[in-house]
Amino acid sequence: MSAAPFSWIKPEPWGIHVVPADCWVDPSRAVDKALVTHGHADHARGGHGQTVATPETLAIMELRYRTGAEDDAGEIPHQAVPVEYGETIRLPGGVDATYIPAGHVLGSAQILLEHAGERVIVTGDYKRRADPTCPAFEVTPCDIFITEATFGLPVFCHPPIAEEMAKLLDRLAAHPDRCVLVGAYALGKAQRVIAELRAAGHRQPIYLHGAMEKMCRLYEEHGVDLGELRLVADHSKEDMRGHVVVCPPSALNDRWSRRLPEPITAMASGWMRVRQRARQRNVELPLVISDHADWGELTRTIEEVDAQENWITHGREDALLRWCQLHQRRARALALVGYEDEDD
Amino acid sequence: MEEFAALIDALVYTRSRNEKLRLIAEYLRATPDPDRGWALAALADGLDFPAVKSSTIRNLLKDRVDPVLWTLSRDFVGDTAETASLLWPSPDREPDPPSVSESVDLLSAMNRKSVVAELPRLLDRLDAAGRYALLKLATGGMRIGVSSRLAKTAFAQAFAVSVDEVEEYWHGLEPPYTALFDWAAKGQPPPDIDNLPTFRPFMLAHPLEETVVDLGDYAAEWKWDGIRVQIVHAGGETRIYSRSGDDISSTFPELLDVLPFPAVLDGELLVRGSTQGGEEGGAASFNALQQRLGRKTVSKKMLRESPAFVRLYDVLLLDGEDQRERPWTDRRTTLEKLMGRLPDSHFDISRVVEARDFDHLAQIREGSRDDAIEGLMLKRKDSPYIAGRRVGYWYKWKRDPLLVDCVLMYAQRGSGKRSSFFSDYTFGCWDGDPDQGADLLPVGKAYSGFTDEELKKIDRHVRQNTVNRFGPVRETERKLVFEVAFDSVHASKRHKSGLAMRFPRIHRIRWDKPPHEADRIEALRALIRD
Repeated sequence: MSAAPFSWIKPEPWGIHVVPADCWVDPSRAVDKALVTHGHADHARGGHGQTVATPETLAIMELRYRTGAEDDAGEIPHQAVPVEYGETIRLPGGVDATYIPAGHVLGSAQILLEHAGERVIVTGDYKRRADPTCPAFEVTPCDIFITEATFGLPVFCHPPIAEEMAKLLDRLAAHPDRCVLVGAYALGKAQRVIAELRAAGHRQPIYLHGAMEKMCRLYEEHGVDLGELRLVADHSKEDMRGHVVVCPPSALNDRWSRRLPEPITAMASGWMRVRQRARQRNVELPLVISDHADWGELTRTIEEVDAQENWITHGREDALLRWCQLHQRRARALALVGYEDEDD
Repeated sequence: MEEFAALIDALVYTRSRNEKLRLIAEYLRATPDPDRGWALAALADGLDFPAVKSSTIRNLLKDRVDPVLWTLSRDFVGDTAETASLLWPSPDREPDPPSVSESVDLLSAMNRKSVVAELPRLLDRLDAAGRYALLKLATGGMRIGVSSRLAKTAFAQAFAVSVDEVEEYWHGLEPPYTALFDWAAKGQPPPDIDNLPTFRPFMLAHPLEETVVDLGDYAAEWKWDGIRVQIVHAGGETRIYSRSGDDISSTFPELLDVLPFPAVLDGELLVRGSTQGGEEGGAASFNALQQRLGRKTVSKKMLRESPAFVRLYDVLLLDGEDQRERPWTDRRTTLEKLMGRLPDSHFDISRVVEARDFDHLAQIREGSRDDAIEGLMLKRKDSPYIAGRRVGYWYKWKRDPLLVDCVLMYAQRGSGKRSSFFSDYTFGCWDGDPDQGADLLPVGKAYSGFTDEELKKIDRHVRQNTVNRFGPVRETERKLVFEVAFDSVHASKRHKSGLAMRFPRIHRIRWDKPPHEADRIEALRALIRD
């Protein structure tokens, strides 16, 4: 006797339970066995008995949880099981898991779960734009597509990143006595902004807040060229005039920034699309740059993947649900807790 | 429109006041007439186009975007103009932006029918930033952190003239303020406003807080709980202006033929009524006055039952003479003498409160129970009448607020600076004993009284404790207690609870207090005085 379709996959408030394998995808509490899509704290928490992830994600988790640079208490994964992109591993209970590039940050993956001929994809976070720091999202057919919806409102449309880089460099050129301080998420966004600045032809040294250094080095070790990086702590105000400084968003309006030469406050985030959001964060130069899919990317991806059913998680589920309804696509919202990536 | 759009964007993202002044001044110097005049008007007061309202924009968008997606987007962004500018489908062809004055001409020419075709045509000529600027300009209220005063100060800075002079002429002129630019930018004679019934900026007071003043130097008056008005007679016409300079003459027709000589007087508009406080001369509570506000037509019955009068505080101009430079004591003497020339059916004078010393005055303030009294005013006896709020001249010393513990029931997202935060709260009191199963009854709404940090915490609380959604409104689990401060509470048939609070605000957030210990509705009812 076969079980009801898809009864082997159960969304719970703290993660997605893969029942036959008794493991969890991106659980927000410590479990015996976790499949982790990528290294951001709301997806990759410490304290699991075993963590299955890409080698890059495991390296990020090890860095974060060993140094404690980003997060509060957490432990090194007890047992780290690396899976390369495209590789399939067999889990107990006859479940196969394949890790597929998600294009979100270094090491980020969608996880394709197969059991009894049924295919489910958990995207974690993803985007469809090119990113020099990670391989691009791959559209993969499946029966159930569990998608994020961080920017799931039609007002979100991330402009081409080259436009945003030009804005940043123009402002820098107009104020040679000042610096542009870019608030960017320490994992992923910061390195992407730096790599894109290099791609735009910016050869000057870029100054880093101390909290960013190790993650940048990790990216470099994984083959991402970030050019010459210097630490703010090692330099004087004079050195930094006319340069770009990158810091975590929390440091933007912090006392720390007083050591900088009249910083122009910029922030790289998809939320910057909404003026009042930028104002709330006292941002003078909003840069609409996101590592998440915007509305167009989300809806296009749902169409291309063309799953029987779409499950929508963290973010603005209501609007994407509505879109699915308008386009005759089956969809439901999952109430997962702990995902609120407001800094992206 | 590109330059104006760029200015608006720069202002949105600029924190420093000086930088804002510089940006506006630079724009005003570089832009030709009449574009700059329209832009200045839009920044200072907002323009009004009868055919273009927020609802017009909403309807246009609902024809182009799914209504549910529109509502969800508007709710998140917190601003109709911005949401529309982001959702408007970008046309394929190159933008062909109109100038500010061409836009103003086109917007003015639209009527409720033509707007449906004309406004989209205009929007299609602009990019997203231009659409935002145009829609902001078209619907008034820019909400970009530029006050009317700041815009005028920037104008004064741009052309090196005095902002007080700008204020003085401002209300006698109309957008695009060509005469103002002719005077300030082109050296022509100043506009002549002597024979116009124009508004003059009010002198305002600072809260007294911990300050103690010497009653040798300061006079005390009651602070009446009506609406502050300026009644002006010039060129044979009388007008009444509210504190913000809005012309509210038509709301109070009984006051339009009782000031028969040229004057500008400052006072409190009050109504007489059956619930008058009595001891201080027959003014009804603010609640009674409120029935008369915001009406386009006034019924005979209303004029009979709640006739308005002005309790005078000060005199700014009289018989062509400017009184504002004279000390308060001298103006007061002039005002007292003037009372003989005014009908006491429609005017009286706010009397001076005599006290032996400051402590005695504090006792008088505590003891005052008249419903139409909000507290005390302290005015420095040698103070001239100066526009705005100047430290050290006038203080307001309000009665201590009343307090009640309520439970948060519903929350709604705010607008503008607070867009996408749940910042508007509806709270309730227990209709009986909560331990015996009594329910909460909503008693009021508040939007203020908390810091930005507290707002973030409450916002998180709302998100994590939502039990129901009704469009933009979230119902929350009933577990957060607010200590709510308010000025007074009145019986009201319009509310389910049977009462209405005046100026409720969040006084403290009682994260520690269990909800069943919040107040019962009887406690509030006991505070009703009318």
